[in-house]
Amino acid sequence: MNLSRNWLSDFVDVSDISAKDYCDRMTDTGSKVECFEELGADIENVVVAKILKITPHENSDHLQICQVDIGDKVVQIVTGAQNIFEGAIVPAAIPVAKLPGDITIKAGKLRGVESNGMLCSMGELNLTEHDMPGKEPNGILILDNDFADKLGMDIRDALMLKDTVVEFEITSNRPDCLSVIGLARESAVSFERKLNVPTPTVKCVDDGDKIENHLSVAIDAPDLCQKYMARVVKNVKIQPSPLWLRMRLRASGVRPINNIVDITNYVMLEYGQPMHAFDYSCLDGSSIIVRRAGDGESFMSLDDQEHTLDSSMLVIADSKKAVALAGVMGGANSEIKDSTTTVVFESACFLGTSVRVTAKKNGMRTESSARFEKGLDPENCYAGLERACELVELLGAGDVVNGIIDVYPDKKPLTELDFKPEVINAFLGTDVSAEDMANILTSLEFKVEGNKIIAPSFRADIGCMNDVAEEIARIYGYNKIKSSRIKAETTQGGRTPKQKFEVDVENAMCGMGLNQIETFSFISPKYYDKIRLAADSTLRKSVVISNPLGEDTSVMRTTTLPSMLEVLARNYNYNNANVKLFEIGKVYIPTTPDKLPNENKVLSIGMYGDCDFYTVKGVCENILKMAAINEFSVVANPDNASYHPGRCANISVGDKVVGILGEVHPLTLRNYDIDTPVYAAELDFDAIFELMNPNKLYTPLPKYPATTRDFSFVCEEALEVGTIFAEAKKAGGKLVEDVSLFDIYRGPQVGENKKSVSIRVTLRASDRTLTVEEAEKAGAKILKALEAQLGITLRM
Amino acid sequence: MKEKLQKIKADALAAINSDNADLEQIRIQYLGKKGELTSVLRGMGALSAEERPVVGQIANEVRAEIESALKVKAEAKKDQELQKRLISEKIDVTLPSKAATPGKLHPLVQVQRTIEDIFIGMGFSIAEGPEVEYDYYNFQALNIPENHPARDTQDTFYITDNILLRSQTSPVQVRTMEHQKPPIRVISPGRVYRSDAVDATHSPLFHQVEGLVVDKGITMGDLKGMLETFAKTLFGNDTRLRFRPHHFPFTEPSAEVDVSCFVCGGKGCRVCKNEGWIEILGSGMVHPFVLSNCGIDPEEYSGFAFGMGVERIAMKYYGIDDMRLLYENDTRFLEQF
Repeated sequence: MNLSRNWLSDFVDVSDISAKDYCDRMTDTGSKVECFEELGADIENVVVAKILKITPHENSDHLQICQVDIGDKVVQIVTGAQNIFEGAIVPAAIPVAKLPGDITIKAGKLRGVESNGMLCSMGELNLTEHDMPGKEPNGILILDNDFADKLGMDIRDALMLKDTVVEFEITSNRPDCLSVIGLARESAVSFERKLNVPTPTVKCVDDGDKIENHLSVAIDAPDLCQKYMARVVKNVKIQPSPLWLRMRLRASGVRPINNIVDITNYVMLEYGQPMHAFDYSCLDGSSIIVRRAGDGESFMSLDDQEHTLDSSMLVIADSKKAVALAGVMGGANSEIKDSTTTVVFESACFLGTSVRVTAKKNGMRTESSARFEKGLDPENCYAGLERACELVELLGAGDVVNGIIDVYPDKKPLTELDFKPEVINAFLGTDVSAEDMANILTSLEFKVEGNKIIAPSFRADIGCMNDVAEEIARIYGYNKIKSSRIKAETTQGGRTPKQKFEVDVENAMCGMGLNQIETFSFISPKYYDKIRLAADSTLRKSVVISNPLGEDTSVMRTTTLPSMLEVLARNYNYNNANVKLFEIGKVYIPTTPDKLPNENKVLSIGMYGDCDFYTVKGVCENILKMAAINEFSVVANPDNASYHPGRCANISVGDKVVGILGEVHPLTLRNYDIDTPVYAAELDFDAIFELMNPNKLYTPLPKYPATTRDFSFVCEEALEVGTIFAEAKKAGGKLVEDVSLFDIYRGPQVGENKKSVSIRVTLRASDRTLTVEEAEKAGAKILKALEAQLGITLRM
Repeated sequence: MKEKLQKIKADALAAINSDNADLEQIRIQYLGKKGELTSVLRGMGALSAEERPVVGQIANEVRAEIESALKVKAEAKKDQELQKRLISEKIDVTLPSKAATPGKLHPLVQVQRTIEDIFIGMGFSIAEGPEVEYDYYNFQALNIPENHPARDTQDTFYITDNILLRSQTSPVQVRTMEHQKPPIRVISPGRVYRSDAVDATHSPLFHQVEGLVVDKGITMGDLKGMLETFAKTLFGNDTRLRFRPHHFPFTEPSAEVDVSCFVCGGKGCRVCKNEGWIEILGSGMVHPFVLSNCGIDPEEYSGFAFGMGVERIAMKYYGIDDMRLLYENDTRFLEQF
């Protein structure tokens, strides 16, 4: 809402308060100011002038030399404009002058002839042909002759261009403040000034005519229309509004059109009551019916857009057709034209949600619908209608016919609440006296009667004690409320075990040298192709956003791999070396259409550069060990198309697969333009937490020494070291404390498709020092088993 | 014989103290089995019974002195060698380090954790909830019925007519109140979604931390006190707060909260856009409609709620001028925090 301070001064005198102080205080009392603008501040030294004499320029065909009367003297100005004539009243910029757009006008010579200023067009003063109707938009602005006695006057005063416009951000609960009067009320309370809102008076033409001779109104849908009022104005002369009215509209950001339309806009801005004017001659049957639209009924709005309506929408109709979309926009079929002679003014109150839905469905949001949708005060219809007719008479725009039509099927009682100052003080933590509270409320036009408060009709937002407390608090001053500490039972705060585990994992990942990333939860469905997900994969079934910003953020991800690869690709593209990343992010797995999806946390890992498969494997193992999960298996998985078939594995705990890791498939990487091996893992964070061993019990340190046996042997290339370890442990029994790898060798002496593996077995008994014989025996057993079960050949 | 012994001693000590003395060789020469002192002692048999103990004692003293001198010299020599080694082992301490570089937590996570820890210290626990949420929890239970104009301020992504991507973490508050009776002190951090195109200050996905306190006798003064404690902990003890009336459907009274700029202290600078204040919070007293909707009697209990955007705070905190950097995850950016 753009508020003209000139306009505001009609109702409350705060002219002694600087714009900055005004804005600060209004913000403090709840009418938030976004900014303010001093209109006209960009114009300096432009005055009303009269062209006395025009002579041609010797050195130019198009330039003319003017002798210009600027009040106290006559100056010579050279101009290129062709629409000037002797005796014309014009704006003249007299050096040094300033014009909008940071233009400075200095004295100078034009083709050798001295020019002491510039004659201005409307554009150069930042005016449009709507602000200055009937004037030549391209040439010099020729003012009306009644400016002749204002020679030398600052053009900003002459054209009423000076104003301060304050831009308010009005919250949706206060539609009453979407008006000059509403903000005047708030200003008066904020600065403890008197509010003076005159009651509009309408004389009407005394010719025995009455409105019933012209019009009847019926409300067919009282659930959507609380009140409908109308007046008729005849003998209308459509013409431009006077300058003062146009300038107030301009300051408020509304384009002047003609007197009748401007009056409706003026009243909407002043009273917050949206108005509409119909051309009476276009109303069939001299009647107005407020009804639901027929399904499929077509309607052309006055901006010439065609709409197809349905029965949820409310229309204003005559006996044959819809003439307005109630509260949203009038119809082209009944709009005010230059030829209009009789006008019907509508001042009504429509149901907010209905207007909102109608405006939304038809894709148009107007000043009117934006007000109605917040819920307007039916009691305001009368004042608005009267003000419109008062302006008609003031402007001499027509004759107001006697009588008002007022259909009010649903008059609601005013909201009445208990006045409990002690409850309000206890709630706010304040000590405001009952009298001060009553004064605040009264100034806001509440009625305080004993222990009852009656809210004014324009405050539909007031419904309970909290609402009253807010009124007290905002005028008393939020910043005067003393800060305090909660006095209450203590509560046990802190993170849950799972939240703690998440923090621990994040820290551990950092400790292992990985940087944490944050990626969007929504992706493009095409990303499933990019990671080569099987066509029939269930992961392709995503939660789909019905109104996405774009295709690339249109589905909720079911895997974190695409997000990770996007980020790796970006870093690769930036030539960042040795990138190691992780994210604890969610995936969203659909359930049934009317139920929420499962949101599972995934620990996503990705890296390239100075790393290999075993780096990412180590990271995964460390996370499992953090969860005290010491028994897990890593099993080759050649079937996941995102990963290299020979370099991918599942990690399982018991039967439960808790993650996948591997080198990303070169064809996947090609889709991301990455030309270096990338290693990735996706761990099921929730599952790992579920499997976490919460009881970490101390194992006594060994009392007896261990002994080791090393074996080097040749085996088939395909034999996995994990299998060798498992067999060694099995064969060695409980004496085997550990089996580790210390070398793998491949070469011609080993043979094709063979490898030489060197392992170290650590043997220990908990109750004695093992004898050499015992160790030898165990070693022999292990060796025998490896030979028998796995076909190894001992190397000598 | 005495003179002989004294000479041996003098010779030996001179030899020990000479430069480049070979101590082992000296020891053998004088004290060894065939050494000079030993051979003198062998000649002791020729001495009289009276002289023998006297000379014996002298001989022992000479041996002791030579041994002691040898020891001292040996220590000194060792010490010298160590000094020499230390000098030769000098390294260039300015060469690049070898330690593995730890990774960094994402700046948003760092800020979120800082915020969480402040509230945990005040007895809060952390509540989590679904990001894909029912309209009921995101709007209706929060006093925002269908077709309410307040829905305009939160352009929402919808999945179906009544399932959406939560536009705030407030639904977690509703879910908490449904399951837990007062006293309640929770914060709900997490991702929220609004249909805003990506630019320097907007993102369709961002993070919020909301807080909720419900108990008997909670006042608006308590709300101010708690947020002051929070802001002072986060931004420093000199931080001042400004509360401005506002409207949120789920709180009444409602306030927007500004903190004095922690860069300029309120004088006006680039970070606060010359206003001296930075808006960081929305807050208010929980609307009685919301309480009773969750089965909490507003006559008996009151409470407050507040919410803040983690991105906004992180950007102000670190002086980040473009929100997109937070989601680009360029390691040159991430490693700065």
